Amino acid sequence: MSTASLRQPTSSPSPAGRRPTLTRNQKPKWLVPVIAVAAVVVGAALAALVGFSTALWAVLAAVVFLVAAPVAVSAVEGRRKGADSLMTYLVYAAFVLAVIPLISVIWTVLANGVPGLNSNLLLTSMNGVTGATDNAAAAGDGPVLGGAYHAIVGTVSITFWATLMSVPIGLLTAIYLVEYSKGGWLGKSITFFVDVMTGIPSIVAGLFAAALFGLLLGPSARFGFVAAVALTVLMIPTVVKNTEEMLKIVPNELREAAYALGVRKWRTILKVVIPTAISGIASGVTLAIARVIGETAPLLVTAGFATAINWNSFSGWMTTLPTFIYYQILTPTSPTNPDPSQQRAWAAALILILIVMLLNLLARLVARAFAPKAAGR
Amino acid sequence: MSKRIDVENLNVYYGDFLAVEDVSMGIDARSVTAFIGPSGCGKSTLLRTLNRMHEVIPGARAEGKVLLDGENLYGPGVDPVLVRSMIGMVFQRPNPFPTMSIRDNVLAGVKLNSKRISRSDADDLVEGSLQGANLWNEVKDRLDKPGSGLSGGQQQRLCIARAIAVKPEVILMDEPCSALDPISTLAIEDLISELKEEYTVVIVTHNMQQASRVSDRTAFFNIQGTGKPGKLIEYGPTAEIFSNPTEKQTEDYVSGRFG
Repeated sequence: MSTASLRQPTSSPSPAGRRPTLTRNQKPKWLVPVIAVAAVVVGAALAALVGFSTALWAVLAAVVFLVAAPVAVSAVEGRRKGADSLMTYLVYAAFVLAVIPLISVIWTVLANGVPGLNSNLLLTSMNGVTGATDNAAAAGDGPVLGGAYHAIVGTVSITFWATLMSVPIGLLTAIYLVEYSKGGWLGKSITFFVDVMTGIPSIVAGLFAAALFGLLLGPSARFGFVAAVALTVLMIPTVVKNTEEMLKIVPNELREAAYALGVRKWRTILKVVIPTAISGIASGVTLAIARVIGETAPLLVTAGFATAINWNSFSGWMTTLPTFIYYQILTPTSPTNPDPSQQRAWAAALILILIVMLLNLLARLVARAFAPKAAGR
Repeated sequence: MSKRIDVENLNVYYGDFLAVEDVSMGIDARSVTAFIGPSGCGKSTLLRTLNRMHEVIPGARAEGKVLLDGENLYGPGVDPVLVRSMIGMVFQRPNPFPTMSIRDNVLAGVKLNSKRISRSDADDLVEGSLQGANLWNEVKDRLDKPGSGLSGGQQQRLCIARAIAVKPEVILMDEPCSALDPISTLAIEDLISELKEEYTVVIVTHNMQQASRVSDRTAFFNIQGTGKPGKLIEYGPTAEIFSNPTEKQTEDYVSGRFG
């Protein structure tokens, strides 16, 4: 075979007589948008047949489009392109489905929470707020008194103690697993039990902490620190798992580079491995905090419920934002006029979301401050 | 500075697998010794036993003696960390610490060990080490920039600067140029020739031209087949190994007729 016959297919006729082979069978640009518009119209018609509602219209339009568009593309461009477009549109549909609840939650919390967000809510507790004041507020005789300050204090202090306990334990466990265990039986069993701990229902963690302090201090031992212990049980596995993953992706070359300079193993871990992984570790810790800050059940059985401000985590009942919301909705301060209570509950929910977002932001700042320096040539 | 190394009847294992069998050789102070041989013949493994880096891998161990000016590195009570501070190492892929600036990378051996060093001493050490690695002129205006922003060849010279900043007796190099372009390779090779004025240098290389260019003595390792241990086949002055080897295997390898 000569090189000439390699370059040119033997059957190739003169180029003038053929369609351009590289660009044939392309769908016109207007095809998909037109189908989309048609789907919206057809969806509206179908919805009108059954009994019109916006949700039904959206669903029917989406279904019509998901059927019609791939069929049309398949007819013009062939089966492969048709299947490709079907999968693409299914992925988009799945994305929209996943985002709807998120946007709905944020929208609902904002719409219901913003009206209740005022200085009263942020700076006062529920101490002294009775059904009578709520009735007066509902009747228009005064402002909605009472707020979530005590719950914010409770959430911050209980989460603080839980973080203070679980982060060192989780971090050191992860360091042991990655740097020291060398696949021994102890490392394997720790990994197994951490996996088991991940699955513990939160109420069980709450009962564990309540029972532990019940044994130590008597059956009525309920204060913020008990709740912090319950949350610690829930946080440790998350911190361990996240930190373990982050330490594993630190390249071994960096450890060896430090060893080769005559640096001891613990110093290598402290000054090379952890700084390299710190941004991932920080976001893992934030995730763990976000997981426990919204817990309600374990707090009810460990910290009780209070209406007054309590800064002391080691004595007296404490309220956190989730339990505050729970009580405001379930047992409104004024049973005849639940509106002020609901308003406070929604505003508290908004504050809870804002705190979690703030923590995320903080973790990102920490991560940025410690992250490996970007290439700055 | 710089000491000689004598290896006596060294066997190196990964778990139960014997990777290098019965190596004995003497490495002169202030010289460059090259280890050559096909992939998997154990030359990198042997190099890593010379500063006790081999045992960092789980299950890896070595039996026999490695004498640094007569002192056995594998003797009882020897602290491997102390050994590594006397015998530095440069790796195949440049691995500057990504969290540190160029200056901190050079000072890593001092700073990671939390040794106290005055600012002027640190400045002198940084300048001296970077000049020793032929990198000073290229980076002196951006010492506070991250080391990962340098080119591959500059990063490798930074790693050499980092290794000589701890003032070792011996520098081990594990294929230091295999990830670099010819110009960077030339810079490193020139540097190796300068380093031997002060240090004992041992270099593993796949590049036989490089071995013949930079080394005074060459050791050829070979392996009889998969699963068999690597052995030292021939060790002698570089010129002899490349022009007039006594062993048939060596001749086949250096002339490209291996296999």
